Amino acid sequence: MNVAIIAGKEIHQAIRNRWVLAATLLLSALALSLTFLGSAPTGTVGVRALDVVIVSLSSLTIFLIPLIALLISHDAIVGDMERGTMVLLLSYPVARWQVLFGKFLGHLAVLAFATCLGYGLAAAALVTSGSRVESDSLTAFVAMIGSSVLLGAVFVAIGYLVSAMVHDRGTAAGISIGLWLLLVLIYDMALLGLLALDQGRNISASALNAMLLLNPTDAYRLFNLTGFANVSTFAGMAGLAHSASLSIEALLLALTLWTIVPLGLAALAFSRREL
Amino acid sequence: MNATISISNVTKHYGRIAAVTDVSFELGAGETVALIGHNGAGKTTLMKLMLGLIRATGGSIAVLGDNPAAGEFSGRRHLGYLPENVSFDAALTGRETQTFYARLKREPAAKALELLDAVGLGAAAGRRVGTYSKGMRQRLGLAQALIGRPRVLLLDEPTTGLDPELRQTFYEVIQRLASDGTTVLLSSHALTELEERAGRVIIMNHGIKVADGSIETLRNIARLPTRIRLKVADLAPGELPAWLPTGAPSRRLNGHIVEIDAAPERKIEFLRCATAAGTTLEDVDLVPPSLDELYAHFLRQAEKTP
Repeated sequence: MNVAIIAGKEIHQAIRNRWVLAATLLLSALALSLTFLGSAPTGTVGVRALDVVIVSLSSLTIFLIPLIALLISHDAIVGDMERGTMVLLLSYPVARWQVLFGKFLGHLAVLAFATCLGYGLAAAALVTSGSRVESDSLTAFVAMIGSSVLLGAVFVAIGYLVSAMVHDRGTAAGISIGLWLLLVLIYDMALLGLLALDQGRNISASALNAMLLLNPTDAYRLFNLTGFANVSTFAGMAGLAHSASLSIEALLLALTLWTIVPLGLAALAFSRREL
Repeated sequence: MNATISISNVTKHYGRIAAVTDVSFELGAGETVALIGHNGAGKTTLMKLMLGLIRATGGSIAVLGDNPAAGEFSGRRHLGYLPENVSFDAALTGRETQTFYARLKREPAAKALELLDAVGLGAAAGRRVGTYSKGMRQRLGLAQALIGRPRVLLLDEPTTGLDPELRQTFYEVIQRLASDGTTVLLSSHALTELEERAGRVIIMNHGIKVADGSIETLRNIARLPTRIRLKVADLAPGELPAWLPTGAPSRRLNGHIVEIDAAPERKIEFLRCATAAGTTLEDVDLVPPSLDELYAHFLRQAEKTP
């Protein structure tokens, strides 16, 4: 009950602050432009236009969704403490974990709304413009939207963990940007460099799998680019898809753990905070 | 006494700094208690301890049957709190804010919204809190603290930023709640205001409780002189009346008023002398030591006995 009240207020505020509007507009504009520009290389004969869209959209998601998620979440706890609203809220009959979880559900709802609407719009545009859409493409597309929301949940949870541990908003913002750079850009580059240096001598396939699961954005990428045979042919990942031994279930589990563990740690850190 | 808040031997350290040291007191239902002290004397720390916002280094606290440090909060449904420098989410309107807090306390929103009218925010209820002035935020802070007829009210500097008229209504509301059995703990700098309203005063200094009791009790302990002001006719400037007992500390105030500092047990003696036959007394005023003076006295004493 308390969780629902707090989630409701968080959504209400996000609508008021135009966070919902901004996120939805941004995601729909990018999704729509990718849909129509992205179909240029395949031309009108692109019989599997939606699969191409999945490849380009999921690559975009890896950059954008973590950024939006961290933007709304890094400030959630430390910001309310600095503004002084947290002191008052915690004087009410609510537990701290309820505050945290309520905020999480609220922020996730905002993100899910923006993603579903923005990406859904792209798919709808494709269908209305006369492209043929196979049912397996549709499945892969729905899975892409779902996993994008899950990726958002991961970064909202990570943002909360940062927010629950630091003492001012500036630090929270700095650490969040650092984490975003690390997980979205640097990790993959470093991994690539490592593999190139190693030439397959020491790093086994299972070690590579472990390293991919240690980064939620890689788990997301593998899920969308190799999880569905129809998509992986376009992603240029067909070869990798055969050799990768990570199942869809393992990837989803990794993403779920990447949400639950930071969220749990954030709850722990928040419960020990003194205001 | 039916204690709603009990604090025993509570100590709170922030690193090496002691914010509160070995404080104990019990507050009963229906009491209005003023918590006074300088900034940094530990008033806000005590309130935060009662709310479980911070945990005590030592000692134990019970608020409406809960141990706040252990995260128990069922009693908080019957607790109202107004923090110092209260703030709200700027994006929501006054009405939405009040409704949100009422829902958290499981109280009907309609009754909570009536409180907005009571504090004079009725007209601004539809505006965003971000557009409110400091005084209006303070009013909203009061309105949320009063949701659901609380049994304990913790008010940290409640009257700062309130205009005199609203102060009056504020104290009326407090008085009404207290007579219904609410425990009201308020900290304030406006000591003259509290003098008439607080049944009990707790004075804090550097985290230590230096005095606790009704104003009468504190006056008796402090043994500060009552000032007797006499208006005497036919007195030359600078001259003191002849009937004044020798050694009585006295002085002349603007023109023809004589002021005598009377220790509690000599009060009657001085009055008898003044009203004895033959004096040209026109008027008498008795000024008992004010809360301001008592406060200063206890602080001085606390400084002397480290």
